[in-house]
Amino acid sequence: MTATDTHRTIDAVWRIESARLIAGLARIVRDVGLAEDLAQEALVAALEQWPKSGVPDKPGAWLMATAKHRAIDLLRRNKLVERKHEELAYMIGGEHGGAALDLDTALDDNIGDDLLRLVFTTCHPVLATGARVALTLRLLGGLTTDEIARAFLVSEPTVAQRIVRAKRALAEKQVPFEVPRKDELPARLSSVLEVIYLIFNEGYTATAGDDWMRPSLCEEALRLGRILAELMPLEAEVHGLVALMEIQGSRSRARVGPSGEPILLLDQNRALWDQLLIHRGLAALERADTLGGVRGPYALQAAIAACHARALAPAETDWVHIAALYAELAQLGPSPVVELNRAVAVAMAFGPQVGLELVDVLTSQPTLDGYHLLPSVRGDFLAKLGRLTEARQEFERAASLTRNARERALLIERARACTNEM
Amino acid sequence: MRFLMMYRPDQKEGTPPSPEYVAEMGKHCEEAAKAGVLLMSEGLQPTAKGARVRLKGEKFMVTDGPFTEAKDVIAGIAMIQAKSKQEAIELAKNFIKVGGEGETEVRQLYEPSDFGS
Repeated sequence: MTATDTHRTIDAVWRIESARLIAGLARIVRDVGLAEDLAQEALVAALEQWPKSGVPDKPGAWLMATAKHRAIDLLRRNKLVERKHEELAYMIGGEHGGAALDLDTALDDNIGDDLLRLVFTTCHPVLATGARVALTLRLLGGLTTDEIARAFLVSEPTVAQRIVRAKRALAEKQVPFEVPRKDELPARLSSVLEVIYLIFNEGYTATAGDDWMRPSLCEEALRLGRILAELMPLEAEVHGLVALMEIQGSRSRARVGPSGEPILLLDQNRALWDQLLIHRGLAALERADTLGGVRGPYALQAAIAACHARALAPAETDWVHIAALYAELAQLGPSPVVELNRAVAVAMAFGPQVGLELVDVLTSQPTLDGYHLLPSVRGDFLAKLGRLTEARQEFERAASLTRNARERALLIERARACTNEM
Repeated sequence: MRFLMMYRPDQKEGTPPSPEYVAEMGKHCEEAAKAGVLLMSEGLQPTAKGARVRLKGEKFMVTDGPFTEAKDVIAGIAMIQAKSKQEAIELAKNFIKVGGEGETEVRQLYEPSDFGS
């Protein structure tokens, strides 16, 4: 194997092993920053030794054992044998005889728990959202600072700073390296899911011509979500989020036209929808539903996406079901946007007049002022009802409210179409 | 990126997989699923149950299995998600360790961006 081959192998091994390595070390040293430093030192050792000695049979275990040796050296040098380092202190005692660490047990059985501890730490609410995203992608995703910067269209120093500050904040606030208690779990889990979905959406909104790191964020978010679903199989909303991401991800081939223009769901060529991802999404949704209980927002959004995924053609869409799901979603928390979507589904199911009545209630709400989709939807209903003058006015209003050039063009076109028909 | 893995064991087909093998492969697939990168994995039934369909010009030629003389019998397939070919190779190594001596071919799938205008 050439030196370059070995380096590429080490990169790949690092991608596969680094999260578990950092998680296991963090449990021992109780500090994610220190854990990452120790892991990086092990990586440096691998880069030095493996080209000569060959890649070990169990690379993860080698890295863990090496990192633990480094940790012991560090503690000896700093004479920091505090209570929280008791596991290492025990190992120091054992090391006096010069016995080597057993490689097979170097990667502990608690690795699942450690990964959970790590994700709850990187997504801790004490950190700002941007910091949570960067730290999660760094420590759990194994992404480099440069990759994170390119993915989020910010500079590398910005990301580096975010990560440094995040680690410092966790240390200063003495955030414990643990899975939250039962009573804290819903809120803390919500924070984790929010971070993962944020990463997904950043990738989902990437446009053609963007750095390829951007759409790869969808795969990264899906990977993190799937890992979390295996670590917390009894949490319905985790499966719900995975289901939502798998199904949304299934449309990536159909979402963008030849000149990079976005194609609306109902206009997409469904033959391009990825059936493997749909299958996985529906399976994840079933896992969520089997767990029972009231469906949370991710499971409900996933169920709506599933309705579309099951329809071979737009005409086969079960709009009645979708409308009911939006109603359930509205129950979870008042949201004019959800109500607007519900109105669209209701109109598809029961006709534009019913939809218009729902939308007219929303028109009086201040929160939707300036939201271009409201007049756009209202215009659509009016056009279907043959009230073309009013429809045109609504489309023109919507066009004036949107900042997206393509959307504006589409809305102006719809307004013009009303005139042509009159 | 997604990669298809096609595993061709050195051992000629004929002996059905042992329960231990099935259990070990199942366990490995579980581990890969826990890593969030395994999209699907399936074992393929013996070639005796299969067929080969060949097109030459406009004529079809169908040959029923078994193809026990063939050296290219695929025993199992898996689809994984990876950031690089090297990562896919590492994942293939993990699979083949369980599968036993043989060869796993790793092929990247076309993605939407590959068909860019």
